[in-house]
Amino acid sequence: MTALRHRLAERGIDRQLLLLVPALLCVLILFIYPFAYGLGLSFQPSQGGVFGAYREFFADAYQRDTIWTTLKLSLPAAFLNVAASVPIAYRMRGRFRGKRLLTVLLVVPITLGTVLTAEGLLNFLGPTGWLNRTLMSAGVIDEPVRLTNNYWGVFFSLVITGFPFAFLLILSYLSGIDPTLERAAATLGAGWWPRFHRITLPLLAPGLATTFCLTFVLAFSVFPSAVLVGDPAGTTRVISIAAYHAAYEAYDYPLASAIAVVMGVVELAVVAAVLGMRSLFYTGSTGGKG
Amino acid sequence: MTAVAVPAQEEKTRRARIVASPGAWLVWGSVTFFFVMLAGVIGSVVVSSFGRRWFDTWLPESWTTQWYGQAWHEFTLLDVLIVTIEVSLLVVGISVLVGVPASYVLARRSFPGRRVLYLLFLLPILMPPITYGIPLATVLYKYGLAGHMTGVVLANLVPSIPFVILTMTPFIEQVDPAIERAARMCGARTWQVFLRILAPLLVPGILAASILVLVRTVGMFELTFLTAGPDSQTLVVALYYTMSAAGIRAQQSVDAMAVIYTSMMLVLLVIALRFVNPTQLVARVKEDPS
Amino acid sequence: MSSFDTLRLDGVTRRFGGKDALSGLSLEIHKGEFIALLGPSGCGKSTALNCLAGLLPLSAGSIWQDDRRLDTLPPERRGFGMVFQSYALFPHLSVRKNIAFGLQMRHLPRAEVRRRTDEAIRLVRLDEHATKLPGQLSGGQQQRVAIARAVVLEPSLVLMDEPLSNLDAKLRLEMRTEIRRLHQSLGLTTVYVTHDQEEALSMADRLVVLRDGRVQQVGTPEELHTRPANRHVADFMGYRNLLPMRVTSVTREHVGVEGPGMTLTGTGVGDLFPGDEVVAAIRPEDLVVGEGGVPVTVEVVEYQGRELAVEARTDQGIMLHLRAAERPAPGDKVSVVADPARVLVFPGEPS
Repeated sequence: MTALRHRLAERGIDRQLLLLVPALLCVLILFIYPFAYGLGLSFQPSQGGVFGAYREFFADAYQRDTIWTTLKLSLPAAFLNVAASVPIAYRMRGRFRGKRLLTVLLVVPITLGTVLTAEGLLNFLGPTGWLNRTLMSAGVIDEPVRLTNNYWGVFFSLVITGFPFAFLLILSYLSGIDPTLERAAATLGAGWWPRFHRITLPLLAPGLATTFCLTFVLAFSVFPSAVLVGDPAGTTRVISIAAYHAAYEAYDYPLASAIAVVMGVVELAVVAAVLGMRSLFYTGSTGGKG
Repeated sequence: MTAVAVPAQEEKTRRARIVASPGAWLVWGSVTFFFVMLAGVIGSVVVSSFGRRWFDTWLPESWTTQWYGQAWHEFTLLDVLIVTIEVSLLVVGISVLVGVPASYVLARRSFPGRRVLYLLFLLPILMPPITYGIPLATVLYKYGLAGHMTGVVLANLVPSIPFVILTMTPFIEQVDPAIERAARMCGARTWQVFLRILAPLLVPGILAASILVLVRTVGMFELTFLTAGPDSQTLVVALYYTMSAAGIRAQQSVDAMAVIYTSMMLVLLVIALRFVNPTQLVARVKEDPS
Repeated sequence: MSSFDTLRLDGVTRRFGGKDALSGLSLEIHKGEFIALLGPSGCGKSTALNCLAGLLPLSAGSIWQDDRRLDTLPPERRGFGMVFQSYALFPHLSVRKNIAFGLQMRHLPRAEVRRRTDEAIRLVRLDEHATKLPGQLSGGQQQRVAIARAVVLEPSLVLMDEPLSNLDAKLRLEMRTEIRRLHQSLGLTTVYVTHDQEEALSMADRLVVLRDGRVQQVGTPEELHTRPANRHVADFMGYRNLLPMRVTSVTREHVGVEGPGMTLTGTGVGDLFPGDEVVAAIRPEDLVVGEGGVPVTVEVVEYQGRELAVEARTDQGIMLHLRAAERPAPGDKVSVVADPARVLVFPGEPS
């Protein structure tokens, strides 16, 4: 008895692991089981055999194109958010006055919530909004530019909520890189560009990949803003709208589950591709704290 | 030799500074642009919520606070707020109770399958809520758990427990394991170690995790939307319904509700920022420590 | 607290993933003894200490306090005190509360807790700092709190895990004396882990030298210093010159050995026969400049207070460490000799 306990303890198994059980149960019951249930459901449509629901989704261009619509929104938005964050965060990584205030201000968009963002975009960017008004009175344009209830409205809302998120993450990754590394590179005669792209960027790459993934996940699951500031029947009919419609308007649960599965697969494929690229880079310590 | 080298060096740094400055302008310019847009979005909602009529002019014709009163009465805002608070507190309480012990084991111990488990806990954060929300809602409805508060709380636990685990892990890692061993050597039992030594040391982490979960739960749209019944809508969902049922309500009264929502989030955020770094607000996805 | 005569470790073994971190440590510790576990990092000394403390379960073997078996008890019920390398002070408790913690865990009456805590604080001379938090103390003061916290329980055994390694050189010497003083005045049985042979030699009554999880030698400081059991112990005890050689002659007292370009006379450890491959071990301080010895060329000279540490090379390119009283210049040719009693000849191991 004690011998067995010793042997298990040597491999790191003992009673303390029981502390994991509640959390594990929650994830299994509330996440894995429903997911498996949905997966099972997606293979039991009322008609069309095992793959009926999937065939239904992929055969219908109106449904199928939601994948492309979603990617067309989420990939550029995630890319812009990350790409814009890097130079800004790089410039701000040191200490300066007002840095805390600036980061706090950047957190504000996270509190806005979908609805205020949507309302705000409709008001501000709408045909009679302040932006069009300003541009027209400045003589830049003659006609109001249409920026809401289409692709751009959703894109802007993704940038407003996604950019602060990406920026704060990248800032924290950048401050995790030991600044003496760049100073060391400088003493070896490297200018600012070689310092950035030979030293900092490779060390930052894993963080960039993670940030891109998280921003992408946020953008990929866009739902409320696609309905509110987009064109939910046309150019911004994203995949989550399709899933929601199947479940709660058509009451076709197998189809809804199939769409959810497709959505998960597409998303994980993108994440896996990005993380796969990440593994090509150095992934060890960045010499800093945290 | 040195006499020649020094001016050359100076020349070089001066040139570097001149080259760098357009970059600085660009960076600060885009930050300013972002904030101007943000101010426009927020400002237009706030202005609209106080305006009596606002159509095709720079500012409303006259000012009023009637929309707030209307929002409060017509939308039974008080009830919605109470539901929001109840749901959030339940989610925070349960996810902390379940998540903290699990994160302790994950942070401290190594055992077979640890990496798999870590990935399992990461998955609900990486997946768009819609993908697991639809099957989860289906399952919850099947067992009669959805449509009221139980379902909303259960659904919100799915991302919250992993989030607590991820947020707590670095806090637990900061506590020197020798401190726990020292307490044991002083004669403390396991529960005494947890209660007298670990709990006081982890208070900041637990507070941080709680507030972050609170912010996320109040802001969580998709999961609540999919599982809530008429009496268990949180503020975001109620807002969404009001806004998408356009035409029935005055737009200004939706704006007023959105302002109330944002102010509530802002208060939470100001509290949160006293305890946590802004970067933790968005995500704390630490690389797997092993 | 609990009084005992001997503490016996019987074949204590600990494996990590199939690899022996500590194998078959058997040792008898007498009441009041100061034992040092000595060895390079990774030798198993900390594993031994943690097994003794109960922080690591044993893979095999047992630990006995007189007739009571200890290794099945959790750490909190063994009644030992421990001082950690990182001190492991509770950062949220004041000095006083840190020290009182163990007494409170034993549910002692409040008055007694106060009395004994005060006593311990006085013992380590921290009276003015009693209300401070650990973060406000210097390294040496934190060290004293850690010691007070361990000894206030009057444990049957005090375990110390490299307690001085985080202190600077001057403080380390002071604390060494302090620990020794506490040990003498309280008569606490102590097991002390260190990698610093000088520290172990100066503090301990007996030393246990470990290497790769195995005991190499157990003995008093004098025994280890003058008669190391094998060349690894010799290496660790400061015999910096370890020269691979071959036995040429064996007499009752001495062993003659020869190597590339040098012949020496030394004292054999164990059975040796002419022709054996051996290692001759000599401390730098036993290798001195003298007539008719091995000719060497001086390469590096370091000033070390009263003497000079010299590195020199023989004509065959073998590096020797020696001491000199007068400063030779790099490049000088000198000859070095050693007292045969101070040259230890160990059987060579196939390594």
